[in-house]
This record gives sequence, C-alpha cells and structure tokens, in this order.
Amino acid sequence: MAVADAGFDISVARLDAVRSFRRRRMVACAVPAAILAYLVYVFLAFDVAGLAGRARLDNAAILVADAYSHKVHVSRDARANNKVTVAVEGENKGTYPDKSWPSWVTREGDSTLVALEEGHSVRFDPDAVRFDIPGYGLVEIVPARSGITVDAPGEELPGWINASSARVTVTTSAGRLSVTKTRAEVFRYFGGWELFFFTLDSPFHDRSWAELAGLALSGEEVRPGQSNLSAMLSDFWNNPMWRHRDVAWAIFETILMAFLGTMGAAIVALPLAFLSARNFAPSLPVRFGVRRVFDFLRGVDGLIWTIVLARAFGPGPLTGSLAMLLTDTGTFGKLYSEALENVDNKQIDGVRSTGANTLQRHRFGVMPQVSPVMLSQVLYYLESNTRSATVIGAIVGGGIGLMLTQAIQTQKDWEEVTYYIVLTLVMVSVMDMVSGWLRQKLIGKSASHIVHP
Amino acid sequence: MADLAMAGPAASQDMKTEYMALVRRRRIYSAAMLALFVAFLAAGFNLANDRNAGGFLQGLPKLFDFPAELVSEAIEKAPSLPGNLARYFPALVETLNIAAVATLIGGIAAVMLSLLATRGLARWPRAIPLVRRVMDVMRAIPEVVIALVLIFVLGGGPVPAMIAIVIHTAGALGKLFSEVNENVDLKPVEGLASTGSTWMQRMWLGVIPQVAPNWLSYALLRFEINVRASAILGFVGAGGIGQELRVAISWGTGRYDAAAAIFILLFLTIVTIDQLSSRWRDRLVKGH
Repeated sequence: MAVADAGFDISVARLDAVRSFRRRRMVACAVPAAILAYLVYVFLAFDVAGLAGRARLDNAAILVADAYSHKVHVSRDARANNKVTVAVEGENKGTYPDKSWPSWVTREGDSTLVALEEGHSVRFDPDAVRFDIPGYGLVEIVPARSGITVDAPGEELPGWINASSARVTVTTSAGRLSVTKTRAEVFRYFGGWELFFFTLDSPFHDRSWAELAGLALSGEEVRPGQSNLSAMLSDFWNNPMWRHRDVAWAIFETILMAFLGTMGAAIVALPLAFLSARNFAPSLPVRFGVRRVFDFLRGVDGLIWTIVLARAFGPGPLTGSLAMLLTDTGTFGKLYSEALENVDNKQIDGVRSTGANTLQRHRFGVMPQVSPVMLSQVLYYLESNTRSATVIGAIVGGGIGLMLTQAIQTQKDWEEVTYYIVLTLVMVSVMDMVSGWLRQKLIGKSASHIVHP
Repeated sequence: MADLAMAGPAASQDMKTEYMALVRRRRIYSAAMLALFVAFLAAGFNLANDRNAGGFLQGLPKLFDFPAELVSEAIEKAPSLPGNLARYFPALVETLNIAAVATLIGGIAAVMLSLLATRGLARWPRAIPLVRRVMDVMRAIPEVVIALVLIFVLGGGPVPAMIAIVIHTAGALGKLFSEVNENVDLKPVEGLASTGSTWMQRMWLGVIPQVAPNWLSYALLRFEINVRASAILGFVGAGGIGQELRVAISWGTGRYDAAAAIFILLFLTIVTIDQLSSRWRDRLVKGH
C-alpha cells in the first residue's frame, strides 16, 4: 500500500525505522537502568547495609525453635527456701504438682537430679550446681554471696560457657543451664506444643487418644456430675495456656468486622452510586458532590478513620467495622458508578416499552446488568477485608490482630504466635474459598473472573 | 411448537399458572433470603456493638469531638503548619518508598510466578499447582503478621514493612497476572518456539508485549493499595508516616497540630495517587 503512495521515499522510511529502533533500544536500556538506580537509592535510604548489624539472629533462632518446640524449666530458688519447681515454659499455669514431676527429674535427699538428653545431667546439690557433660567433664558452679565460681575441666572456659560473677550460662545441645546468685535454672527442649489440649490440672492431661476415646465412651465420671465428653470439651475450651475460647472469639470477631464493614458499605454505596453515575444522576451538582464524597471517604483512608472513630466509640469490633464501612463506601461507590455508566440502554428501553415506572426500570433493566459485577466486587472485598480486619484489629484492639500483636510484643510465646498465624492463614484461606464459591454459585463461571479493576 | 398449538388454550393456561407459581415461589425465596441477610447484618452490628468498649449511640455525639479538637488546635497553631508539613515530609517519602519498592520487587516476582502458573506458558507444567499454592499462601498472610515478626528479628524501620508488602504483593499480583496470561494469544509463542527460542525469549518477546499494559495497570492499582498498607504498618511500628502519626496522637493533647499536618499529607498523597493512577490505568487499558 505504502509503495503505491506517490510521496513514498524508501530512504525516509528506512531512516524512520532506524530511528524508531534506536528509540526503543534506548527505552529498553533506560527502564532497567532507572529501576536499578531507584533500588540503589532505596538501599541507601533504608540503610540496608546497616541492617546486618542490627539484625538479631539469635532472636530469629529463638523464634524458629519456639515455633515447633517447647521447653520445660526446672528451677531452684534460694529466696524460696531452695524450692525446686518444674514448669512448662516457666509459666505458673504449666507448673507440675510437686508429687508428679516428669520422670527425668528426680529427688535424691536434698539434691535434685535433672536428666537431659545424650547422657547430660544436672544436679542441684545444696552446695553447688553440677553439670555433667559427656565428652567434656563435670562443670561445678558454686553460687555464693560474694560471686559465682566455676570449676570446669581444662585451662580455659569454652565459648559455650558464659561466666561472670553474677551469672553463668552453659549452653549445650541437650539443654541450657543458667545460674545466678539466687537462682539456678535448667531448660530442656521437647518437640511439639505442650499442653495444647489439656493443662496439667486437667484429669485428661497426659493420656493417649485411645484412653481419651475410652473415657469419653465409658460411663465412669472422672469429674462427678459431668459427663466425660463434656468435661473434656470444657477443659479444652477453657485451657488457660492456649485460651482456645478467646482465640475462637477473636477469629469470629475478625470475620464479623470484615462482614459488617463490607456488606454495610455495599448497601450504603448502592443508592449513592446511582446519584453519581453520569446516566442516572438527577443533576450535575449532585453528581459532582457525591463523587467528591466518595473521593473523600477513600482518600481519608482506613487508618485515619480508625483513629477518629476509636476516639468516639472506643476500641472494639464496632469501631473497626465502621472504619472499613466508611472507606469501602467510597471504593464501592466509585466502582458501582463505573459499572452503572457502562450499562446497555437497550435493555432499559425494552423494560420502559412495557410501561414500567422508574423503580421497575431500575429493578429489571439496570440491576440484572450490573449486579454480577457488583456482587463480584463485594465478594472480592469481603475476602480482602478479612485480611485488613487483622491489621485494623491490631490498631483498634479487637479480634485476632490484637492477640497476635500482644503475643508478639511479649516476645516469648512464639508457639502461640505460630498458632495464631496458622489460624489467621486458615481463616483467610477459608474466606477466600467461600467468596470464590459464592461468586461461582451466584454469578456463574462466566463472570467469576471479573476481578477488582 | 406443534404440540403447543395442538394442545390449545387450556394447556397454555396451565403453563401460565405454573409459571406464575414459579415466579411467586422464587420471589418468596429471595424475600426470605433478603430478610435473613438483613437479620444477620442487624444481629452482627448488635453483637459488635456489645463487644465494643463504647456503644454506638453513646459515641455518636462524640464523633466530631476529636476532629473538631484537631481542627481547632491546627487553626490556633496555623503558623506552625508549613513547618510541620516540611518536618513530616521525609516520613511521607519513606512511606512512599516502602510502597514503591515493594510494588516493584513484588511485581517482578509476580511476573515470574504468574508465568510459571499459567497453563500453556509454564516452564514446568507439572509445577503449576505448586506455584499456585505458593501464591495463595503469600496472598493469605496478612502483612501485619510478617511485619511484626520481622520487626522482632530485624528491628524497627522500613525494611520489615517492605518485605511484608513484597510477599503479599507477589502473591496478589501473581494471581491477577496469571489471569491476564490466560487470555494471551499463543500464536506468537508458538512462532517463537518454532525458531528454537528459549523459554525466556518466548516469554520476553511473545507474551510480555501482549500483557504488559494490563500488568502495569494492576501494578499501579497495587501501588495505591500498598501506600495505604505501608502507612498502616508504620502505625504498628514499621517506620514512615504511620509511626509519626502514632507518636503525634498518643503524645497527649499538645501535638494535634502535628497530627493535622500528617492527616493533610496522607490525604493529599492518597488522593493524588488515586487520581493519577486511575487516569493512567484508563489510558493503558483502553489505549487512549
């Protein structure tokens, strides 16, 4: 075609092509270069190099170890008359009764023998703490008022024994010993989450699944006046270490926040969207005004809404859901009005030709066209808001977000953090599946791919 | 048709009543569903209200107390506003940087993930379900969880927030990108394959030119979402303007002028990004 043009000049066309190639090649090089330059700038601005110095890898190790294991503390307190206690994670709620210590802790007169793995053992003797380490020898630690003395084989203390006059710690693969002037403590690690189902004070603690099943079926009541099954459920539900009841409530509260926020916003936004869509707005000023309201609601952002609302309504799930409701009203309003502006007028004219009034025209002419899009967006936001509700819960003080931040801030109950994280993941995945299933059920496969624009 | 004509008016009358009964039943079902839904919503709000520290009705009159206090103090100290705006601008830049880097790195990761998760394009077709599950998990973890854990390990600052947002962005964009990829025309890819090109070349020359505008449009939207997310994460302790805001409002009554300045900065930023990205996305997708 171009050849037929009178003014076609092959050399000009060639020059154009060469120039265009050159431009493209330059863009192709400039874009990665710009990205790289930006990354370098951020690398410097965020002080990533200094991060290595600030990173606490020991924290990471504790976190990972605690996530799948637990430790049992055996401690002797000089201020409490040299009383020895055995407690899971050193917590009151996990303290073993004096008469039923685990088999690896034994009493020998005034001494206490703590057997660790790989043949290691620790003795709390009245005069000293003795750590027997196979392949190394006996480490004798004498706590005295004037200072702690360590007697170990060899000339110099190895790196895994950290000694000062106030505190001595011995870290081995079988367990850890820490001695201060008044307190000696041994930590022994075990796999798994301890006391997840029943705490030590429950009669069902330390029984196998078969035993539990047998108990549940047998008529003999472990706790008189209560069937075994209900006693088991109540002991599990009210477990003071893992707080299953509070956790279940928190998850429910989080989902509730997301549900109320999303659905409330969806309902509020619908009439407003009609006012702001070009083809339905009653007048230009109204349309302009409503649009600015949407922009404002969205622009203020969930964070600010949360803060403002928390001042008025106090912390809790209602505040969280109202904050989400306000932000999402802006989002839905905008999305809905875009959907409304794209409706096909033929269908509305068809309904009008049957003598339908305005309401009927909207119900039968407009809604069938836009409802799949709207519903799809609402369901998408329901899932995404479940995640937001976790963060908002952390700020506003409700739901699993709060429990998670609290557990992380105490910096010791990492197994609980892991538990909450797993539950949060399950919650979000389930909401994702439910919203996907509903979308397919209500809209059909054809529209199920409509995603957030 | 012939049957209908032969059956006569009685049959058509039957059909009509049957149809009307069907319509009526459907209406009853929808009304029942709607009533159930409304009851659910009302019960939910009621429950949320009960579990809230302050009730809705008691709080309603106080709704504008805090904004009014904020505005009045900001007006009182109006001369300090420009100074405050300048003072918190670096924090805003940090928040924006967190969002931008996270979108960039997350977007690049999402490109790889999405190409590996699309039928017909994947380098290792057997790994498609695996890649998809990986994306699901990345998408499901709330950012605040990763951020808080990383703050414990890496200390406070922008990097934990950035990593948290990167992970979520890679999962979320990966899913959207792979939906875009599903609609790709495979002919250029096959053409390239016939010339003996490698997988990277097929993707780079055959797929990416087709999908880049849609990808970019999704990435822009993600950037907008990430700016909000990085502000919120700052509030939980990950640096940027969110952290400044937390300090400003928890300081007590004396720092509301600073809070007002931060509110203004955040609002203007979000509105600007919202408008710009929506305009740019329109141009990308519709091509004008």
